[in-house]
Amino acid sequence: MKRRTLLAATALAIGFGGAAFAQDKTKVGFVYVGPIGDGGWTYEHNEGRLAVEEAFGDKVETVFQESVPEGADAERVLTQMALSGADLIFTTSFGYMDPTINVAAKFPDVKFEHATGYKRADNVSTYSARFYEGRAVQGHIAGKMTESNIIGYIASFPIPEVIRGINSAYIHAKKVNPDVEFKIIWAYTWFDPAKEADAAKALIEQGADVILQHTDSTAPQAAAEQAGNVITFGQASDMGEFAPMPRVSSIIDNWAPYYVARTQAVMDGSWESVDTWDGISTGMVKIGEISDAVPADVKAEALAMVEAIGAGEYHPFTGPLKKQDGSDWLAEGEVADDGTLAGMSFYVEGLTGEIPQ
Amino acid sequence: MIRLEKRPTPSRAWAAATPVLAVLATMIAGGLLFAALGKDPFAAIRIIFWDPLFHEQFAAYSRPQLLVKAGPLILIAIGLSLGFRAGIWNIGAEGQYIMGAICGAGAGLAFYPSESILIFPLMVLAGALGGWAWAMIPAILKTKFGANEILVSLMLVYVAENVLASVSSGLLRNPEGHGFPGSRNLQQWGASANPELIAGSGMHWGVVAAFIAVIFTYVLLTRHILGFQIRLTGESPRAARFAGVNPARLILICLGLSGALAGLAGLFEVTGPAGQISIDFGSGYGFTAIIVAFLGRLHPVGILLAGLLMALTYIGGELAQLMLGLPSAAIQLFQGMLLFFLLAMDVLSNFRIRLGKAEVA
Amino acid sequence: MDLSSINPVFLIASLMVAATPILLAAIGEMVVEKAGVLNLGVEGMMITGAVCGFIIAVETGSPALGFVCAALGGAVLSLLFGVLTQYLMSNQVATGLGLTLFGLGLSALMGQGYVGIKAPPVPRLDLPVLSDLPVVGPILFSHDAMVYLSVALVAAVWAVLKYSRAGLILRAVGENHDAAHALGYKVIRIRLLAIMFGGACAGLGGAYLSLIRVPQWTEGMTAGAGWIALAIVVFASWKAGRVLLGAYLFGGITVLQLNLQAAGVAIPVEYLSMSPYLITILVLVIMSADRSRAALNAPGSLGRVFHATS
Repeated sequence: MKRRTLLAATALAIGFGGAAFAQDKTKVGFVYVGPIGDGGWTYEHNEGRLAVEEAFGDKVETVFQESVPEGADAERVLTQMALSGADLIFTTSFGYMDPTINVAAKFPDVKFEHATGYKRADNVSTYSARFYEGRAVQGHIAGKMTESNIIGYIASFPIPEVIRGINSAYIHAKKVNPDVEFKIIWAYTWFDPAKEADAAKALIEQGADVILQHTDSTAPQAAAEQAGNVITFGQASDMGEFAPMPRVSSIIDNWAPYYVARTQAVMDGSWESVDTWDGISTGMVKIGEISDAVPADVKAEALAMVEAIGAGEYHPFTGPLKKQDGSDWLAEGEVADDGTLAGMSFYVEGLTGEIPQ
Repeated sequence: MIRLEKRPTPSRAWAAATPVLAVLATMIAGGLLFAALGKDPFAAIRIIFWDPLFHEQFAAYSRPQLLVKAGPLILIAIGLSLGFRAGIWNIGAEGQYIMGAICGAGAGLAFYPSESILIFPLMVLAGALGGWAWAMIPAILKTKFGANEILVSLMLVYVAENVLASVSSGLLRNPEGHGFPGSRNLQQWGASANPELIAGSGMHWGVVAAFIAVIFTYVLLTRHILGFQIRLTGESPRAARFAGVNPARLILICLGLSGALAGLAGLFEVTGPAGQISIDFGSGYGFTAIIVAFLGRLHPVGILLAGLLMALTYIGGELAQLMLGLPSAAIQLFQGMLLFFLLAMDVLSNFRIRLGKAEVA
Repeated sequence: MDLSSINPVFLIASLMVAATPILLAAIGEMVVEKAGVLNLGVEGMMITGAVCGFIIAVETGSPALGFVCAALGGAVLSLLFGVLTQYLMSNQVATGLGLTLFGLGLSALMGQGYVGIKAPPVPRLDLPVLSDLPVVGPILFSHDAMVYLSVALVAAVWAVLKYSRAGLILRAVGENHDAAHALGYKVIRIRLLAIMFGGACAGLGGAYLSLIRVPQWTEGMTAGAGWIALAIVVFASWKAGRVLLGAYLFGGITVLQLNLQAAGVAIPVEYLSMSPYLITILVLVIMSADRSRAALNAPGSLGRVFHATS
């Protein structure tokens, strides 16, 4: 401890350079935007952290900080984490992008991994998950199972990630059920159980018998359960306590394999700055068990789709697809490029309403 | 029988001693809490109160950060204290803070990518105006229609948060941001940046503004007729009216000033430490500042000290999470305790404790 | 756009459920303020009630017991505020805000082992025949017991404040504590009781979220409902009937705006989303302007420190 302190102090004196050396354990830091008890986004990142601890035992030390506001506070927390001798730091929210880049510039020997962003540097990687692959599977099940042909969608904020999910679910619901209609509510929050419950109820009362959600609480699940014949899907975590009905499946954020692999890379000295956007194929996006409430043939089709996406044989955004205004987007057989997907800010043809600005 | 006897004037000795006593009491109670959570209480207390200031590894960085964290709190609290003294309840500083940042950033970004030196002053002005205008809504509704300012200012916080979400993903969105929400980084654009004025000191224009506000308010309250009117209205609205104080004017001034200062705080934050307008820009400074204002007993110097103390518990709390793995909830609980002790001990400076039977009056 | 898809009957039934947590918390806070005490810690008491209720309901399997303990939890926490502000004469605004911080932290620690667990279900009162009536059935006869309890509580508070001696004393204490003291009333004791009542109501409101609305425990799950409750009390200008009106108005607009979104109305979502707050302000302005004395309904001693000098 003493030696490390001394070294770090000298490092400070020469301008923040290389606080992280001369240690036996690899120190991995995590910065969370919510509390680890949120049961959703942050909860799953923390599961990833625990997996790292389990995988490496005594060889790693993990530290984390929860409920860190984006912006000024994040930059301070990151700096302190780097000063404390972290070798690898995962910053797990989009809003940490600029702070991560700023701090990384001050600590060239510390490796940073920023989730869902697009700015990279020599010591900053980015990683994100192709949740839209899971949305495609949900859309398929939803389109098959809806009887009212109305699917409710609780969206959070109008950002590419959310819009991509809506498009993906819609395309696949429409494919198996041409009469399907999407009703979308923008809750303008990631997490507000009361509001999410109200939104779910509003959708159900307007005839929706499938609820998809891109917000983190289980309130919509409970509302669906109360209403009876409504199905839902778990978001971020499995929400398995609501299976088999209303929750018939889920998208699980599974960061563990990535976190373990990147920690290993730091230990081996093979870490490089990369841009990772993984989906079902590497297990970063997991499809929670499809419950028995889903008819066997639909379940088989859904599993086949999971298989095909995982094997790279099928891409959820495959042409022919048009944009909402009727203009052409993808030609027959053409697959969307990652750049367009990453910044997606338009609906596909058939969706009604406007994306709020 | 213990009873309290009001002192004719607050005791200066006790007024100075109570914060120290309160911090000590918090250390004991907090230590018990941390021990109950299975952490070393002595290490935790040392990390929270001592390490941000003197730890050889962190202090060089975290000491200036105290100013960065305390700056907006002090600036907002100073403005609020004027209204609170006069019995005008602006609970919506968070909204004014957000609107100041939006207006300031918007005014600057309209000229992107110009490098004119006039841009930053223009943004400062627009920030103050934005906060001022947002505070004028409750002020005018109060003076014209008698609508309660607590409710209006609080509701406007939520409206401001909605506006923030909207402009982050619409009007002010960075055109080069690949469709992601959030404005351009104002910190990295020379004309709008609010950098550290002296490297490694933590001083940026917002901190400077906070210090100026402290001095200005001190002079206002002790030397100026307006300060007298504010104090008089708070102590006795009837007497104030007899003394010729125009209550409507006072409401407009107090709410306007607190709104402008909160707007400034937002502007300095968005151009400096935060860097950009984003959906989660508002981080509760406006509410924490209410605590700071009262903790400082609505006195400018008290607010300065209270702001620094709050900042210390935030930064120390972060370090304790980092080094001991304390959950952030424990830190919140600890901050609550500290507040309670500080507020409770205040009784000692205003009252004498007497033992024995109450005299029959 | 398809407004016909909005069913007004369901809308009213939903708004009653949506408004219940804030209604419970607000009616409690109103009593506290009527006694001359301003407790800004509603959010903290609500979330403490939410976690207490959840833990007890999960451990015992009885939601009813959960609600009882939620009320107890809220009341105990509020006692902390009571002791500080009444005996130690601390500033009420700051102490209340501190209580919110304290409650959020405490609840998060208490609830650590309870994330991702489902609460035992609360049965809906399905009254045969009555629930099946058209229109009034869904609106009046198909809720859970807490919805009725909350309305009954409002009625009880109204009646007690207006007609009973206890209510008279409570109001006297809130209007002018020195005069009440001179008349021989125990100002501090009465205020402590009021504060605990407020805490218990806030606790119930929180438990309604964690046991019925969501129903699950997650940190910070009240998400600002306590603040809305505070605003509703001011909105109601300290009248019980108007608390009900205010809570239902706010809940109603929230539900309506979500319904309008789902129906695809061509009003930009961001305006719909801020509409509950704007309309609350607007209605307050209209009511205040109408009777220019409305704003003066605040209890005379609200927020002021009481110290018996004789």
